[in-house]
Amino acid sequence: MSRFSRSWMLVAVGIIAAFSVVRLVTGADQISSTGTLRAALVAACPILMAGLGGLWAERAGVVNIGLEGQMILGTWGAAFFTYHYGPWVGVVGAALLGALGGLLHAIATVTFGVDHIVSGVAINLIGAGAATFLAEAIFPDLEGGGPRQLIGLDTPTKITIPGVSDAALAIADKHWFFVSDLAAFVGALTTGMSTLVIAIFLAVALSAWVLWRTRFGLRLRSCGENPQAAETLGVDVYRYKYVAVLISGACAGIGGASLALVSSSGFNTGQTGGRGYIGLASMIFGNWTPGGLLSGAVLFGYTDVLRLRDSHAVHALLLLVAIGLLAYAALRYWRGQRRLALVVAAAGAAFLLWFSLTDTVPREFTSMTPYLTTLLVLALGAQRLRMPAADGKPYRKGSAG
Amino acid sequence: MSALRSVGLALLAPLIAVVVSVLATTIVIAAAGGAPGDFWSALFSNPLPRVRVNIVNQTAIIYIAAVAAAIGFRMGLFNIGLEGQYTVASFAAASFAGAAYLSGFANVAVALVIAMAAGAAWAGIAGVLKTTRGVSEVISTIMLNSIAITLVGYLLNRYGVHEGNSVHTKYLEGSSTLTGYTPYDTRDGQVWALSLLAVVVGVGFWVLLTKTRFGFDLRASGQSESAALASGINPKRMIIVSMLLSGAVAGLIWMPALFGGARSYGTSFQVGLGFTGIAVALLGRNRPLGIAFGALLFAFLTAQSNTLTFNSDIPPSIIQITQGVAVLAVVIAYEVVRRYRLRLEQHTVARELAPPEKEASA
Repeated sequence: MSRFSRSWMLVAVGIIAAFSVVRLVTGADQISSTGTLRAALVAACPILMAGLGGLWAERAGVVNIGLEGQMILGTWGAAFFTYHYGPWVGVVGAALLGALGGLLHAIATVTFGVDHIVSGVAINLIGAGAATFLAEAIFPDLEGGGPRQLIGLDTPTKITIPGVSDAALAIADKHWFFVSDLAAFVGALTTGMSTLVIAIFLAVALSAWVLWRTRFGLRLRSCGENPQAAETLGVDVYRYKYVAVLISGACAGIGGASLALVSSSGFNTGQTGGRGYIGLASMIFGNWTPGGLLSGAVLFGYTDVLRLRDSHAVHALLLLVAIGLLAYAALRYWRGQRRLALVVAAAGAAFLLWFSLTDTVPREFTSMTPYLTTLLVLALGAQRLRMPAADGKPYRKGSAG
Repeated sequence: MSALRSVGLALLAPLIAVVVSVLATTIVIAAAGGAPGDFWSALFSNPLPRVRVNIVNQTAIIYIAAVAAAIGFRMGLFNIGLEGQYTVASFAAASFAGAAYLSGFANVAVALVIAMAAGAAWAGIAGVLKTTRGVSEVISTIMLNSIAITLVGYLLNRYGVHEGNSVHTKYLEGSSTLTGYTPYDTRDGQVWALSLLAVVVGVGFWVLLTKTRFGFDLRASGQSESAALASGINPKRMIIVSMLLSGAVAGLIWMPALFGGARSYGTSFQVGLGFTGIAVALLGRNRPLGIAFGALLFAFLTAQSNTLTFNSDIPPSIIQITQGVAVLAVVIAYEVVRRYRLRLEQHTVARELAPPEKEASA
C-alpha cells in the first residue's frame, strides 16, 4: 500500500471512530444510521456532479458560475426524457440540456471573450427561465404533470447485494463501537442503492483518471495553467476549452437528473435550490482536486440530510464538528503551523462549549453549513488553496507573442 | 472618429441584443406551438392603468438594484451578493419600523438609514475578506446570499408575527406608511412615494462618477488596476469603500415597496431583485442613463407579460428567457463592438502616422 492511500485510510478510520464516539456520548443513533448515510450519499450526488462540472471547466481555465442554470436545465431534461423514453435516456437528455447551457457559456467566454462571471450570471437567468417556461408550456398536458412539476417518473434501478447487505444491517443494529458504524456505511452502500448514484461516484474516479493520467487531460489542464505556453506547443486551446465547458455543463445536467430522479420523485420548478453554487463551493473546499471535491460534496450532502432528521442528531453534530476541528488543529500544530492551529483549536473549543451549554440547535443553522464552511476554508486556508493559474483569465488565440 | 459614427457604434450593441432576444423568443414560442405574432402584439399593446402604475414602481426598484450592482462593476468588483444584502437590509428596516420606536417621518428616515447600514455591513464582510484574506468576492458573496436568506428565515420564524400559515414582521403604523401618487382610480394602485429614491440614487451615482475624486478613482481602478495603483490610488481602500457603497444602495432596493404598500417583511417580500439588478446593470453598460432604459424595459416586459395569461396560451415565464437572452446577447455584442472600435482606432492611428503617398512611391 502506498503512503498516500495509507494516510487516506487513517483519515477514514479516524472519521468513523469520531462518529462512534459522538454516537455513544450523545445517544443520537441517527447520525450514523444506515438510513442517514444512504440519504447522505444520495444528497451528495447533485452537489458532486456540479462540483465535478466546475472542476472540468476551471481546470481548462473557464470559471463556470452558470452551473446552477445548467443543473436546472438538467432537471427539466431528465423529467421530459424519462417520461417519454425511460430513466437512462432521461439521464442522457439531462446531460444534453446541461451541455447546451455549457455550449452557450463556451460561445460567450471562449469565442467572444466575454467575462466568465458575467456570462455565467446570464446563463443562470436563461436556464431558470427556460426550465420554468418549458415546464409551464409542456408538463400540464402530461400524466402526473402540472405547470410547475412532473411527478411519478420511472427511476433508475436500485440494487442490493444480497449476503453483504443483510449481514451489514444486522451488525449495524447492534450499536457496537466502531464496528456498527462501519457496518452501517457498508449497509448503506449495498442496500437499495440507485445505479445512478453508483455511476456518479464512478464518474468522479473516471474524471480524475482522464484529467491526471491521460495525454488529453494533461493538455486540458495546461490550458488552465498557461494557455499561451500550451499554444506554443501546438495545443488547440479553444477546442480544449470548448470540450471542457461542454463536459462541465453535461455534468451539471446529470446532477440535475439525480436530483429529479433519485433525490425526489420528479421535477419541481426551483428544486435545485442553489445546489449548483454548493457544488462550486465543494470544488473550492476540495482545492480543485477530485478527492477533495468528493469529501466536500459528501460533507455538504450529509449536513443537508441531517437537517431533515431529528433535532437531537443536529445537536450531536456540534460535538462532531468540535472533535474534527480539534483533531485538525492538532495535526496543524504537529506540522508546525502554530498560529493557524491555535485559531482552529479556539473554534473547536467554541463548538464544544456550544454543545455542552445547549440542548437543541435551530434546524436552519445546518443548512448554512456548506456556505459557512466554504467561507471559513477560504478565509483561513486561502494561502494553501491553489486554483489553476490562468483560471478565469481571458485568452485570445495568437496572444503568445 | 466622427461623432455620428461614435453614437452609432454605441447604439449598435443594444440594437443587436434586442434583435437577437426577439428572434430567440419568437423561435421558442413557435417551437412550443404558440403564435408569435399574437404574443408580440399582446406584449406591446397599450398597458392597462393598473399595469402602468406597476411598471413605474418596478422600474424604480429595479433601477436602485442596478445602480447598486453598477457601483461594484465600474471598478471591476462583482458584487453578486445584492440578493443577500437587500434581504438582510429589508428585514432589519421592517423590524425596526414595525416596532414603532419613532413615529411618522422620523421612523421612515431612521429605517432607511438602518437599511443602508445593514446592506453595507453585509457587503462589507465580502470586502474585508477580499482585502485581508484575498478571498474572491464572487464566491464569498454567493455564500453570503445563502447565509443571509437562511438567517433571515430563522429570525423571522423566531421573532415574527405568525398568522395562519404565514409569518411576517409587525405591520407599520399608519403614520409611517407613505401616501403615494394615484394617477388613475384608487383600485389601479398608487405610485410609491419612495420611488423617488430611484431618482436620488441615479443622480447621486452620476454626480459621484463624473464630478468627484472618488468617482474618478473608481473608474480608473476599473479600467486599469496597475495604472490606478501607480497614480496613488489605494486599491484596498477602494475595494472596501465601493463594496460598502454598493451594499448601502442595495439596502434601499425594497424600501419603496415596504413603505408604499407591503407594510411588513413577509410573504409580500419580492425576491430575485438582486439578480435582476445585475442583469439590468450589464444591459445598461453600468451607465446611469443606460440603466434607466434597461430598468424600464425589464419592468415593462415583466409587468406586461403577467397580463398575457388572459390573452394567449403562452405562459408569462417566456419573458424570463427573453430577458436572459438579451443580457447574454448584449454582453457579447459589447465585446464585439469594443474590439471592432479598437481596430478602427488602430487603423486611424496607422493611417495618420504613415508617410504621405507621394514620398512613399518616390
